[in-house]
Amino acid sequence: MSAPILQVNDLRVTFDVPVRGGWPWTPPRKLQAVGGISFDLQPGEVLGVVGESGSGKSTLARAIVGTVPSTGRVLFDGQDLTRLSPEARRARRRDIQMIFQDPLAALNPRLTVGDIIAEPLTTHFPKTPRAEVRARVQALMERVGLLPNLVNRYPHEFSGGQCQRIGIARALILNPKLLICDEPVSALDVSVQAQVVNLLRELRREMGIAMIFIAHDLSVVRHISDRIMVMYLGRLMERAPAPAVVGTPRHPYTQFLIASVPIPDPVLEKARPRPVLEGDLPSPLSPPSGCVFRTRCPKARERCAVEPPPPYDVGPGHVATCHYWDEPTPMVQAAE
Amino acid sequence: MAFHDPTAEALQRPAHPDKGRSLWTDARRRFARNRAAMVALVALVLIALFAFFGQLLTEFDGETVDFTLIGVNATQGVPSLETGHYFGTDQEGRDLYARTVQGTRLSLMIGIVGSLVAVVVGTLYGAVSGYLGGRVDGAMMRIVDVLMSIPFMFVLILMLVMFGRSLLMLFIGIGLISWLSMARIARGQTLSIKNKEFVEAAVATGVRPLTIILRHVVPNLAGVVIVYATLLIPEMIIYESFISFLGLGVQEPNTSLGALISRGASQIGNGVPWQLGFPLFFFVVMLFAFFFVGDGLRDAIDPKDR
Repeated sequence: MSAPILQVNDLRVTFDVPVRGGWPWTPPRKLQAVGGISFDLQPGEVLGVVGESGSGKSTLARAIVGTVPSTGRVLFDGQDLTRLSPEARRARRRDIQMIFQDPLAALNPRLTVGDIIAEPLTTHFPKTPRAEVRARVQALMERVGLLPNLVNRYPHEFSGGQCQRIGIARALILNPKLLICDEPVSALDVSVQAQVVNLLRELRREMGIAMIFIAHDLSVVRHISDRIMVMYLGRLMERAPAPAVVGTPRHPYTQFLIASVPIPDPVLEKARPRPVLEGDLPSPLSPPSGCVFRTRCPKARERCAVEPPPPYDVGPGHVATCHYWDEPTPMVQAAE
Repeated sequence: MAFHDPTAEALQRPAHPDKGRSLWTDARRRFARNRAAMVALVALVLIALFAFFGQLLTEFDGETVDFTLIGVNATQGVPSLETGHYFGTDQEGRDLYARTVQGTRLSLMIGIVGSLVAVVVGTLYGAVSGYLGGRVDGAMMRIVDVLMSIPFMFVLILMLVMFGRSLLMLFIGIGLISWLSMARIARGQTLSIKNKEFVEAAVATGVRPLTIILRHVVPNLAGVVIVYATLLIPEMIIYESFISFLGLGVQEPNTSLGALISRGASQIGNGVPWQLGFPLFFFVVMLFAFFFVGDGLRDAIDPKDR
């Protein structure tokens, strides 16, 4: 195995939540959005990150990109990003680019599409001749499936799928080594989703970019990912090669996620057992003691409330944070 | 092909780039459809032409005193085309038309200067404060709060009394207050803009904070700022008029609409209603026009805020 392009070590993101009705000097409450995530990413690898809303996926992405403050280590190409000076960090940003969830909101409505796509280039290489910038923008627009003669159009003149292609073009103009996709397809409708996912797959094959692909939809993630990481309340639940997560999930949370994926066949879909995960996501302001999933876990025992489960090695490259990963999970069926 | 296929159509078009339709183009079109705003805009243009070129239409200037008219204003200084005193004369026997031209020009300039200071200083101050956030924001906004809590009319009057009643002092005084509320408005807007994903995208790309403010924040503030600036102009004019009405603003032989109205009002019992009427007419029409244009701009720039 070659050297990983990205090593994330015990990454934590904590937000201060001011106490309502408190004095200015009342210490704020701490909200831990990401609680100690570690993983490696090989060059050209795609890591899928799944979890329900509020599980800290997007915050994890923002912490790696560096738009939210975090503790822990983020080694990119062997260099700790969290310890760089702001100036050095800014220069490093050209190797890590991001694609956003809301395609239209990610584009400045007052700039033309050409200016938007060119922005990373003009920021990091301000001396690039205008003609070259234009040529590269148009070539890239063509590559992501946009007509190059639309460079002078404005974002509101495009559809959601086209806007996402613009976002992808902007992310690719500097040939980054790592692309972070924060739910790039959740705001798009299904046929457009497939186009965008396929475009990302092609680009990855051609350019060998490593990706972190975040989504709450497991069926999308497993299409594009080499490995999948399952998160819950800011913690790692399970991480494994994509086939293992889908085929032999070990963590009860993952098992519920897999079981909730609908089957695109009405007969099978009607007959399939429909286990439900009861309860809601606990508040991240006061997470459960021990294992954060225990409040909703059918297997939870006393030990789970006391001792946070470490990541157990449960197979080749397969990690699950559950004390009882080797026991079958009783699936609670939905009432008919 | 039976249905309309924009992609195929576009592919057949020549390869030269399309012209995009920016949000400004849309806004201009919406504004042009707003009748009241267009009429107000025409009125404003006419008033501006009157203020800057109206002097060319008369042989009189606003400073020459016609001693033969003093005391017989009510009978001899009546507005008339024959004597060339279109708006009559004031109580010193000066041509009121020339005086009104002069006053309108000054009032318009006060309004525009005050508004311009507000746009430049207020917008930048507010955008920087809102974008940086945290303690810097707190400190910058408290400064604005402190300045706002000072009764400025009082300070302005003190300044005019202490440093002499010069036009420059008046401009400085008006400029000092005009940007405060603009800074607050710009900051409020910035707070919502800076959480948009396109700003985050710029941060993630490594764009410098100052560039982000100038390229991503300020252009998106522009709509609100322009509208507020248009509404600020009449406010400044009223402000100056009030000060001049008190006798502290512009000094003779210079004049403003406020000063003219003040003089006219004091002569109201002497049978010379035109001394009040003409300046007041220009004052009211100008304010109305600015308010209508401001309203029209707001509807045009941000149609969902209606």
